[in-house]
Amino acid sequence: MFTAIFGSFEAGIIYAIMALGVYLSFRILDFPDLTVDGSFVTGAAISAIMISAGVNPFLATILAIFAGFAAGCLTGLLHTFGKINNLLSGILMMIALYSINLRIMGRSNIPLLNTETAFTNISDFFEKTGIDSFFNNMLSTVGLGDNLPETWGILIFMIVVTFLIKFLTDLFLQTEIGLAIRATGDNKRMIRSLSANTNLLVILGLGLSNALVAFSGALIAQQGGFADVGMGIGMIIIGLASVIIGEALFGTKTIARTTLAIIGGSIIYRIVVSMALRIDFLEPGDMKLITAIIVIIALTTPKIIDRSKENKRKARRKVEKLPAIQATATAKGDNHAALKSDS
Amino acid sequence: MLHLNQIHKIFNEGTPDEKIAIDHVNLSLKPGDFVTIIGSNGAGKSTLMNIIAGVLIPDLGEVHIGGVNVTNSLEFSRSKMIGRVFQDPMAGTAPSMTIEENLAMAYSRNKTRALRRGVTKKRRDYFREVLESLHLGLENRLRAKVGLLSGGERQALSLLMATFTEPSILLLDEHTAALDPSRAELITNLTKEIVNRYNLTTLMVTHNMQQAIDLGNRLIMMDKGQIILEVDEENKQQLTIERLLEEFKRIRGIQMANDRAMLT
Repeated sequence: MFTAIFGSFEAGIIYAIMALGVYLSFRILDFPDLTVDGSFVTGAAISAIMISAGVNPFLATILAIFAGFAAGCLTGLLHTFGKINNLLSGILMMIALYSINLRIMGRSNIPLLNTETAFTNISDFFEKTGIDSFFNNMLSTVGLGDNLPETWGILIFMIVVTFLIKFLTDLFLQTEIGLAIRATGDNKRMIRSLSANTNLLVILGLGLSNALVAFSGALIAQQGGFADVGMGIGMIIIGLASVIIGEALFGTKTIARTTLAIIGGSIIYRIVVSMALRIDFLEPGDMKLITAIIVIIALTTPKIIDRSKENKRKARRKVEKLPAIQATATAKGDNHAALKSDS
Repeated sequence: MLHLNQIHKIFNEGTPDEKIAIDHVNLSLKPGDFVTIIGSNGAGKSTLMNIIAGVLIPDLGEVHIGGVNVTNSLEFSRSKMIGRVFQDPMAGTAPSMTIEENLAMAYSRNKTRALRRGVTKKRRDYFREVLESLHLGLENRLRAKVGLLSGGERQALSLLMATFTEPSILLLDEHTAALDPSRAELITNLTKEIVNRYNLTTLMVTHNMQQAIDLGNRLIMMDKGQIILEVDEENKQQLTIERLLEEFKRIRGIQMANDRAMLT
């Protein structure tokens, strides 16, 4: 149980970067961007092929981020200058990226076992400095010493990285360019009349969004020890699930609050999925189905709850006020008829 | 300040729906001119506004603003010089963003947007100051989302956003038409106040004849894509609704077909 939750936290905090990317496109730009399914793999593919070729893993990750940025910009170009519908431009890029990713990798799967990745460096560092044993000792003293995690390095390092990205995103969205991007998603006509080039802003926004997605993909490949051409399938829905769950549970009062909520949403999504997979008749292959069901529930239940609340309120009002209204109506007679005869 | 030279625009050319929206229109505004435009639906008023703003590009003719030929420049690049308020109170502001963020976006209109903070302490003080001029108490609600404001408040904010950077041209496109009479009056008074304060060169479309007569120093009447009547500064002083309707009948030989214009 502890191992499952620990694993969910670790994966959730890495996928949170992808979810922040989806937040940029889906919520800020109001652009449901399916490029994500492809750019996630692009990030993974580039980092995997370069790391296995002996390139420094940090450099490989940075290049993956740039590739994601380029992919997002291309989707933006298709939509703005090509005047292609937003969903369709994302789908087109996603399909194109599938072939491109295969070309980058040269085969459909690249294992990274026994290779030096960003995370093996960090794990080594944590082991040498004794931080791992410090945390494990703590766990043992509270009686959770049975199945200790292999390393705390990834989790702690990723918390720092993800929160750094969260703060940078918050700051960016408060800058003049950031404000203009938000307005592009909110009211295009208005921001255009305030001399902002909405086409460029859409392209920039999608570029940044997919840069984050590719970053997350590069990290997941290094954490999981492989890159696979199919690992991005349904990624947009996982991102959406994190955004929607996070917003519903933790609120959206300010930008900073929302981005925090999304990180929380990503972790909770992972916990829910790992719990669901512990049910006996479900297999790992059912994960996409579970994701879809989680998103459907998250999208529909708030509305159903609101409606039933509203109905209850109306019913209560009817019981309380109707007799009184009827009484005054009979006492005063029909108001409409009186007005008519006057004129 | 604004110079329109032989503007011509046809919609759906070569189809049965062909419509001449603007028929060789010439118009010149001196700095500080406040011109009101009236005319029935389909007269071409809004098309003219859109051509000046750069939403539409004319088929023929030239648009000059401040001596620069902007005929083919895109909407976002020429809107550095143009402030615009739309009819729909929802159109001029971003609802999910706060009042101060909206003002910050308008503030960067004539500057290059960069990775600077949009709302700084200095700017916030300035925003508070300009908001006070609206007398709506919005200066105390800088961090409120604009979506929470009423239509009148949003329109007042749009008006402020369009004007406080002192654009070369201010375009008002029936900006009081969607408001109730008391709110419309408030916005009309604010318009008068703000245009005077910054001495803005203004073009205002309206269906309200009284408003067209009360505001501004010049008036033009449009019909079927043409300017059919121009009233200059001297004659505008003596103008009444009756005289305007008479003029229309004299020029066109028919009654003005506009219930909204007749009523107000």
